[in-house]
Amino acid sequence: MKLADLATRLDLRVFTAKGKLDRPVAGGYAGDLLSDVMAHAGKDDLWVTIQVHPNIVAVAVLKELAGIVLVNGREPAAETIERAEREGLPILGAPAAAFELIGRLHGLGVKGS
Amino acid sequence: MYPRAVVERARAAGLDIIAITDHNSAENTAAVAEAAAGTGLTVLPGLELASEEEAHILGLFEAGTDLGPLLAVVYENLPDVPSKRSFIKDQVIVDAEDGVTGFNPHCLIGATRLTVYEAVRLIHGHGGLAIASHIDREAFSVISQLGFIPPDLELDAVEVSPLLTYAQARAAFGLLSAHPLVQFSDAHRPDEIGRAMMEFLLARPSLEEIRKALARREGREVRPS
Repeated sequence: MKLADLATRLDLRVFTAKGKLDRPVAGGYAGDLLSDVMAHAGKDDLWVTIQVHPNIVAVAVLKELAGIVLVNGREPAAETIERAEREGLPILGAPAAAFELIGRLHGLGVKGS
Repeated sequence: MYPRAVVERARAAGLDIIAITDHNSAENTAAVAEAAAGTGLTVLPGLELASEEEAHILGLFEAGTDLGPLLAVVYENLPDVPSKRSFIKDQVIVDAEDGVTGFNPHCLIGATRLTVYEAVRLIHGHGGLAIASHIDREAFSVISQLGFIPPDLELDAVEVSPLLTYAQARAAFGLLSAHPLVQFSDAHRPDEIGRAMMEFLLARPSLEEIRKALARREGREVRPS
């Protein structure tokens, strides 16, 4: 499934890299401890988190993730947006909490790796 | 890391004592101390340890302390280096003339496997002061990561970032913690040096004196600048 499809079907807000959503999503990973995500997320995973600080971009790029979904209506910090645009990294958002959003992703076929 | 710029900026900002607190490492302190020789600036070695819970704890040590043994424990407890090693080029090791002499090969941007209690014990075990970093920040502070400051965590002080004034920090955090409240620059670039500082009343510019000042012992004191 492509990130663009997920964004449409789940009505996700797109914060960054609007033109770069045509990328595959292999699975999903949820976590708010960056060290945990660095240890366990897989390539092309969609990362669900509440963290909005600029380090999330570094982690997503390092792990070659498909993108980041911020939950609880969180919005990326200004520097996070800047870095994400520079890296061409999609950051999306949803008002729902992680548990709810992940359930919906799972229902659409986005599973843990 | 530019030791000469750091020393220059520190002196220009009117600082008498600085500590170098790189993330999970301390290889560059000696170079900065050397660059400061004869300038009247005291450079204390230190580091900013990332605990397993991703809370940052500052460790400050007496000038000239060999942090080799402490770093050995830190490096042992860092995650394995990811295959994408592009971040290593930013982890420079420098000399006093700003020359790059090498790169730190460890995954310094990661968190260690040390709990915040183990981190504090490790710092104390090497004679250092343990200070909870930027407790006002939304991420990487003991409050954000643990929910609150554990009353049995033996911190020597808690630090707030330059984002607030000291008065605001006092109002927001004064009651949350019995520990002395400090505010430092947390400079990541030379131009950030001096954006916040504390005034210490000391007999001499040493860590032992700072320890007394934080505890308000023997007439030593500390206050915002």
